[in-house]
Amino acid sequence: MNLADFWFILIAVLWTGYLVLEGFDFGVGMLMPIVGKTSKGKRVLINTIGPVWDGNEVWLLTAGGATFAAFPEWYATLFSGFYLPLLLILLALIVRAVAIEYRSKINDENWRNRWNLAIVVSSWIPSILWGVAFANIVRGVPIDAEGTYTGGFFNLLSPFALLGGVVTLAIFLSHGAIFLSLKTSGAVFERAKAFAKPASMAAVVAGAVWALWLQLAYSENAWTWGALLLAAVGLIGAAWFSRADTFGLAFTFNAVAIVGAVMLIFGSLYPDVMPSTTDAAFSLTVDNARSSHTTLVVLTWVAAIMTPIVLAYQAWSYWVFKRRLSEEHMPEHNELTFHKN
Amino acid sequence: MEALDLARWQFGITTVYHFILVPLTLGLSVLVAIMQTAWVRTGKEKWLRLTKFYGKLLLINFALGVATGIVQEFQFGMNWAEYSRYVGDIFGAPLAMEALVAFFLESTFLGVWIFGWDRLSKKVHLAVVWLFAIGSNLSAYFILAANSWMQHPVGTEFNPETGRAEMNNIGEVLTNNTTLLAFPHVITSAFLIAGGFIAGIAAFWMVKKAKQDKTDPELPMYRTALRFGAVVMLVAGIGVIITGDLQAKLMFKQQPIKMAAAEGLVETTTSAPFSFLTIGNLAGDDPSSVKHIIEVPGLTSYLATGDFNAEVKGLTQLQDEYAAKYPGYEATPDYLPNLAVTYWSFRLMIGLGAFSAAAALAALWLTRRGAVTDKTWFSKLAVGSIAAPYVAASLGWIFTEMGRQPFVVAPNPTGSDMVYQLTQHGVSKAVDAWEVGISMVVFTVVYAILGVFWYRLIVRYAQEGAPVVEEPDPSDDADRPLSFAY
Repeated sequence: MNLADFWFILIAVLWTGYLVLEGFDFGVGMLMPIVGKTSKGKRVLINTIGPVWDGNEVWLLTAGGATFAAFPEWYATLFSGFYLPLLLILLALIVRAVAIEYRSKINDENWRNRWNLAIVVSSWIPSILWGVAFANIVRGVPIDAEGTYTGGFFNLLSPFALLGGVVTLAIFLSHGAIFLSLKTSGAVFERAKAFAKPASMAAVVAGAVWALWLQLAYSENAWTWGALLLAAVGLIGAAWFSRADTFGLAFTFNAVAIVGAVMLIFGSLYPDVMPSTTDAAFSLTVDNARSSHTTLVVLTWVAAIMTPIVLAYQAWSYWVFKRRLSEEHMPEHNELTFHKN
Repeated sequence: MEALDLARWQFGITTVYHFILVPLTLGLSVLVAIMQTAWVRTGKEKWLRLTKFYGKLLLINFALGVATGIVQEFQFGMNWAEYSRYVGDIFGAPLAMEALVAFFLESTFLGVWIFGWDRLSKKVHLAVVWLFAIGSNLSAYFILAANSWMQHPVGTEFNPETGRAEMNNIGEVLTNNTTLLAFPHVITSAFLIAGGFIAGIAAFWMVKKAKQDKTDPELPMYRTALRFGAVVMLVAGIGVIITGDLQAKLMFKQQPIKMAAAEGLVETTTSAPFSFLTIGNLAGDDPSSVKHIIEVPGLTSYLATGDFNAEVKGLTQLQDEYAAKYPGYEATPDYLPNLAVTYWSFRLMIGLGAFSAAAALAALWLTRRGAVTDKTWFSKLAVGSIAAPYVAASLGWIFTEMGRQPFVVAPNPTGSDMVYQLTQHGVSKAVDAWEVGISMVVFTVVYAILGVFWYRLIVRYAQEGAPVVEEPDPSDDADRPLSFAY
């Protein structure tokens, strides 16, 4: 295995970290009206992710930065090619970040309700679009000899891609509900539990159809049957343990499912990173999209030193906020109002 | 407009906007950490109140800064794919390092700081705010290393096989002499901004309280904050001047055309003057019409080299040298940046920066030996002055980025002749003008709307003054209601 292969794997790992972590905070955002329901319930939901959502999102920035550094051609083709979906994702992430932080700065029900709505919408959009984006990468898109995407916007909306969007949506909804079942008590906990059961079942169904479609139509490698199996075990396990009300295991199995899904996607691509449907000779591969050996060596050192440190302090941050929250734990609103009383 | 122009406008708008938010975070994160340290060490309530007061303003500012920062990393690939292909091997590394070393640190520990007051012991919680502040400032280092490489590409060579610039020495990239000066210049200007922000708001409150009642127990707290901010401004202001002067000297060597444009210096001149006012066609299409009105003889030569009589190359000569050395510009061979923008942004940056430092001196004078002041003019001046270093910093970026044009990667006169890129060659081929147009308009509108909320929240919290706070009471009790929640 050469360094470029190693970085291909590492970028898969970074995406896994992103999807496992921000996956549940997207889920929590989407579930505000369903599991949060009341004004206080929604507040509980926001506070389960309040201390950690921003750290979760850095996994995306790291995956993006690592792709830029280790596979510049991949980064350039992907980001300029998937222009409009990425624009939507970026807008959603911008609005979402501000909404989570600003909704609690003014004590006014209307103010909170508007930002709540912004959080819900801006959690749905990327939850769907990440699936669409990954499905398109696996499926292949028109790329010319210079590595430039030539497909336009509607090319990205094939049935396979849209189903990919449904899959990430279902997994994140289930992931969020299971996370809330671990992190809340009282009425919110009851609603989260009730939602986790059907949601995790839906993820099994959508995931199974999409994964088989992927494997049969697009995979370049037979071994990805193993990854598919891992994803299936994860999704089924998550559904099983949600039914059994053992949410720690359900959460773990959902994480395993995401690991399996990312392995399936990346494994199916390899040795391509972005297959071209115009001509297989134009496909971006691990080898032709990579950075120089010097750069990869530098990056490897940085990643080898920093990744364990990051994992350690992020784990610590989760441990600090390990307690469950309920409506009863929410303090009185003591924020300012816009106009002095 | 073409995709190229729109992409440049988008980059300008999103980056200038982002950098209105960033410097306050850089400076204020450290200054709030210092306030919290003062509280932990002295136990004085005023430091806790100031920590919470300015800490809240920091959070309002940080949220929008993070949100608009995501775009920065992605728009290289979206709008500037050809640039990304050409430089990714070397330019991507500091960005990846920034995420791994700095962003994780600042984001993770900020979350812990906000929600951790009642979860962690005083000392651990203090360590957390410092880790956040260090993370923020580290990120500035990496992004400036990336930007400095575009100003002065080092540690690199052109690989004809791959047709791109490739890294041959990361140490040179991270210790680029351009970075080593850009970083302290940016950080000191960030402290100038944050110091002005603290001092301006504290001055408003000091004057207000002093007018009502000179024995108000809150008066000393605001006076302390004012003097704290003013001292920071003064020290930072001196730092800005020193680093700026060193940067200018370096830039005369590295990007002589940018500095000649900044001085409106058309012909190569010995004992070149520094002008304060210039008329004529600064748009760049007819440099020969440029006329200096008020000027100090020899000052530009001195700023460039430390010698009043030295020769400084003018635009006409540099244009010819560049045209001969760096071919590849298909249209009219025009290597001059926009003269009006470079000339005026450079002057206004210096003027506004100097004004801030002067305002800090006034504040320290008025509050000397325990004095407070109830003068309305001072309150207005202090609050109004908050904007000055912001505008100066924005102009500084506009100067350094516009002054690099028409290059996106400016050639290094002592480095590889092959490593440079014209901005027009960096833009994405896959993206149509209408797509960039949509993206530019949508970002501008969304940023404008969010900016209104940001501004109103900052003003509202500043107008409320430092809150009365309870001592944090850390506990592991899982049933206790939270003392703070979103």
